[in-house]
Amino acid sequence: MQFRTPIKEARGLGASHHGTSHWWAQRVTAIAMVPLMLWLVVGIAANAGGSYADTLAWLGSPVNAVVMVVMFGVLFYHAALGLQVVLEDYVSHKGVRLGLVLGVRFLAVVLAVSAILAVLSIALGG
Amino acid sequence: MAQFILPPNSRVTDGEHHAAPGGAANTRVFKVYRWEPDSGQNPRLDSYEIDLDSCGPMVLDALVKIKNEIDPTLTFRRSCREGICGSCAMNIDGRNTLACTQAIDEIDGDVRIYPLPSMRVVKDLVPDMTHFYAQYASIRPWIRTQTPAPPDRERLQSPEDREALDGLYECILCACCQTSCPSYWWNPDRYLGPAVLLQAYRWVADSRDEDTGGRLDDLDDAFKLYRCHTIMNCASACPKGLNPAKAIAELKRLMVARQ
Repeated sequence: MQFRTPIKEARGLGASHHGTSHWWAQRVTAIAMVPLMLWLVVGIAANAGGSYADTLAWLGSPVNAVVMVVMFGVLFYHAALGLQVVLEDYVSHKGVRLGLVLGVRFLAVVLAVSAILAVLSIALGG
Repeated sequence: MAQFILPPNSRVTDGEHHAAPGGAANTRVFKVYRWEPDSGQNPRLDSYEIDLDSCGPMVLDALVKIKNEIDPTLTFRRSCREGICGSCAMNIDGRNTLACTQAIDEIDGDVRIYPLPSMRVVKDLVPDMTHFYAQYASIRPWIRTQTPAPPDRERLQSPEDREALDGLYECILCACCQTSCPSYWWNPDRYLGPAVLLQAYRWVADSRDEDTGGRLDDLDDAFKLYRCHTIMNCASACPKGLNPAKAIAELKRLMVARQ
């Protein structure tokens, strides 16, 4: 027997007030990715056929290292935001969804930190 | 996870065939979804051969003819028969639309008629709209003001401000857009859906309403508003030619504008 009213069900727990910040961050990172990806493609193409030492020198230059670090940060942040949206769309079980969202976030942080550390160790001559 | 295959008791089987009376030259077959909750049977697709020379031009005319002349147990909602009440919203030829404004001769081949997708079926072509109406009520779709109305006249609005409601006030809440939206299929419990969000924007856009910020507060949620991924099924389904996706985009724009 259902004693709760339909409006009680429809209102649920109310608005979280965090929807816009997530959506906006996803849009801002998407815009940032446009020049960063163009830079990455051009950079990789410019090093095509070059030696290992040349590529290390290219990546180790301060400007390239900074842009690469920023690119990895934005990339994995954007990926984590986007994957969370996909999980919220298709995974209806709340516990499973929470676990997957946390897993995605942890993985994104690990990958971002690893990638950035790799760039820094090259740039700082590690 | 989302369920992509119907459970066994929901699979649609072939139903009865009702041939047209002899002598009918201009006939069309209507395949209509039938389900009775009390029968314990699976849903079935009954086919009715209709003599178009003795039938009105719209799909609703054919449904009324079936109910009057062939099978009085066929159940569907209808009222105004002119596209203003929204009662006869159903899935016709794979698209959500109003049976009363959908011409039969605009459909090629057999006319397949199902209830609105994703909704619990009450019987035949009648879906349970309870949650949809509750979601509509949850946005409190009436004017909310601090200023009392002038004692001697109505609340005035400039012609330009009134124009801002064009494309919004025409919504008849038939739920064609709502039930065409995949985001609404996956998260109907929390996502408000295109119809309710268009109505929410109708009050946000109203120059006389004084609770714009409160209305936006109530929508600032990953599920209530941001399940919209601009799939645009809503705009293509709307039998009134409205664009709920544009209203939702306006809401998102205002959300950012006030940050």
